[in-house]
Amino acid sequence: MRYGTYRGVIAIATSIYLIQLRLGITVTVRARAAAWSLVLTAVLAATVVASAGVGPVSIPAAAVAKVLLSAGPSPLFLDRTVAETTRLIVLNIRLPRIVLASLVGFALATAGAVMQGFFRNPMADPSIVGVSSGAAVGAVATIVLPFAFPFGLELQGAAFLSAVITAFAVYLIATEDGRTPTATLLLAGVAVQTFLGAIISLLLLHSGQSIRRVVYWLMGHLGGTTWAEVRVIALVLPPLFLLLLAYARDLNVLLLGEEDAHALGIEVERTKRLLLAASSVVTAAAVAVTGVIGFVGLIVPHGMRLLVGPDHRILLPTSALAGASFLVATDTLARSGPAEIPVGIVTAALGAPFFLYLLRSREVTGL
Amino acid sequence: MSGSEEATADPLVDIADLEVGFGETTVLDGVDAEIDRGTFVGLVGPNGAGKTTLLRTINGTLTPDSGVVAVDGQRIQGLSSKAASRLVATVPQNTAVAFEFDVRTVVEMGRNPHRSRFGGWSDPDGEAVERAFEWTETGEFADRSVSTLSGGERQRVLLARALAQESPLLLLDEPTASLDINHQVRTLELVRSLVSRGKTAVAAIHDLNLAAQYCDELLLLADGECAAFGPPESVLTENSLGDAFGANAVVSRHPITGSVYVTALPEGRRKTGRRTAGRVHVVGGGGTAARYLYVLDAAGYEVSTGALNEGDTDAEAARSLALDVVTVDPFAGVDDDTRESVERRVDAADCTLVADVEVGTGNLPNLRAATRADKVVLVEERPFAERNYVGNEARHVYESLRSRATVVDPSDVPSAVARAVEDGVAEGESVTGSE
Repeated sequence: MRYGTYRGVIAIATSIYLIQLRLGITVTVRARAAAWSLVLTAVLAATVVASAGVGPVSIPAAAVAKVLLSAGPSPLFLDRTVAETTRLIVLNIRLPRIVLASLVGFALATAGAVMQGFFRNPMADPSIVGVSSGAAVGAVATIVLPFAFPFGLELQGAAFLSAVITAFAVYLIATEDGRTPTATLLLAGVAVQTFLGAIISLLLLHSGQSIRRVVYWLMGHLGGTTWAEVRVIALVLPPLFLLLLAYARDLNVLLLGEEDAHALGIEVERTKRLLLAASSVVTAAAVAVTGVIGFVGLIVPHGMRLLVGPDHRILLPTSALAGASFLVATDTLARSGPAEIPVGIVTAALGAPFFLYLLRSREVTGL
Repeated sequence: MSGSEEATADPLVDIADLEVGFGETTVLDGVDAEIDRGTFVGLVGPNGAGKTTLLRTINGTLTPDSGVVAVDGQRIQGLSSKAASRLVATVPQNTAVAFEFDVRTVVEMGRNPHRSRFGGWSDPDGEAVERAFEWTETGEFADRSVSTLSGGERQRVLLARALAQESPLLLLDEPTASLDINHQVRTLELVRSLVSRGKTAVAAIHDLNLAAQYCDELLLLADGECAAFGPPESVLTENSLGDAFGANAVVSRHPITGSVYVTALPEGRRKTGRRTAGRVHVVGGGGTAARYLYVLDAAGYEVSTGALNEGDTDAEAARSLALDVVTVDPFAGVDDDTRESVERRVDAADCTLVADVEVGTGNLPNLRAATRADKVVLVEERPFAERNYVGNEARHVYESLRSRATVVDPSDVPSAVARAVEDGVAEGESVTGSE
């Protein structure tokens, strides 16, 4: 199973190229998307190798590479010169966490790019329709409340469910006569987030002994990851990502405005529903495992848009790959200090100044 | 109308008893119209008459409360957006694009209705995009970001996007609204050329005169109904405009383009019974003054003009309006008697209007007579040097005239004359009072 997950990551990267061939992108767009994806995949691979070497026991990059290449049921490369302890540290301790970080970064950046296009607003991020607050309520309630959830539903499941339910509720509140104006959706999202924030505060007041666990979850953390925790998101993410990528062209047309999109043959409300549902589930799957990790979904797509332009056929795969590298890198920082800190602190501490820099150096369009 | 022979039996757009409303308010209340293939139809009417609502119903954005819109025999409301967008392409009024797409990407989006989700970019797609670039002359900025273009350029790009859709029907919502006069004309010329290539175009146009000049037919919307539909000269009548706009408008022929020309008059200047609004003498010739003669007469002034050659366009116009006109035989020049009769008319007038007339030895005495007037309104479309065939002598006369005159654009003539006449009357009264 663990090797299967690892290979799944490679499968996603490969399928990006394959789906681009199928999507009928004009030569230049396809070439640009492939070139950028190739570069960013290389960056991700390098980040993963470097990250796996960092920790209480420092492992040279060459040894990490050998371990990674010789892993799995049908290894690419056989080398028995690496010590068994090194193999165990890389494959069983560090790699699950790194793979989870890359998957979560991938998911948050994808959802962020979709939301920014959906709302035609570069300031939007995945939590805008209340997904993160919803997940937080589910997770905190599971930790704090004295009763156990039935059917063996644990923290992840509760967080995931309450996130999806919240997003759906926000959508229902904002919908009238089959139409969901994005402005109403945005305001409904803000109102529901505020309401859920009040519930979280109330739960925190009664959290007693478990407050440390609650705060850790709310800040977003990747500590103590096992392969089992990687499984859910590894299953949910690839099909939804491919679905969103298949709608990249529709997202481009939606950026021109809903009325124009309709005139260009997009079924606007149906497309919006699908994009909203897919990106909410992607976000929910990520935050349910790791807690609320802010700024990745805002910063990464925004930064990539400056580099590759607004075309989602390029923006989606590049944002996803850059998001994966970004979260692996920031999580490495988070765990390499004398005491481990939640990764959400690092992403926000790095992300906010970077965002302010973008804000000052280039005018933020829209809004 | 172009293509009317083949079109009568099979209209491209069939609108039947269309009712559209938002909640309690009804915007369109029973619109019927058939739009023939290969015609350019201008949608005119006052603000809030439902022009944009009609366009948005034709392209399927709005669902009517009752009635039918059919394009090429298919009910738009029964089609998917994709199928509808293969029949109808829309150029929006707001041309702003929020994100920095390059022009080519935006035009390629016009192919969306023809592509399946996983279908490739085909040769017909490429050809349609290249043709759209060529017809709109936008290929030169294909690689530039849309946000760096001017309003007129952006509009052509969105027109190219609509052309890439290869739909028989093209809708344009106020295509000239935010453009300068040069780009307004260029845009409408472009639409005209697309219609001659076989497209059918429906455009909401605010400017009645531009609409009359470029459209084959006009559809006048008023109070949610189709008040008139047909060739411009049959739609733009003083009665229909009075009803639709509640405006005091005068309809004449444009002297140069020959199309119907609408001039709005200031309030209360319409001809009312025997009372005259004042006397105006007009110096014109060669068709430069025909429009003013018509407008001023309709506004209730007692208008005189001259001296003009027999057979001159302006003389004909004055005759047809039964105005007081002084004429001379062609090439005879102005003799003393004629000069005196012109001077008498200038003296009697409250205001003298000098049109953008070409000056030769024959009509220089007219200009000289105008210098006697207390109030002069001067229309200047071209610099005087370009229409002076006499030399320094005429230049001196013109400059002395211009130094005392109110210089105006053609469209401002009615209001400038109204002001001049009022001032003249007021001054005349104060002089009488002091005596």
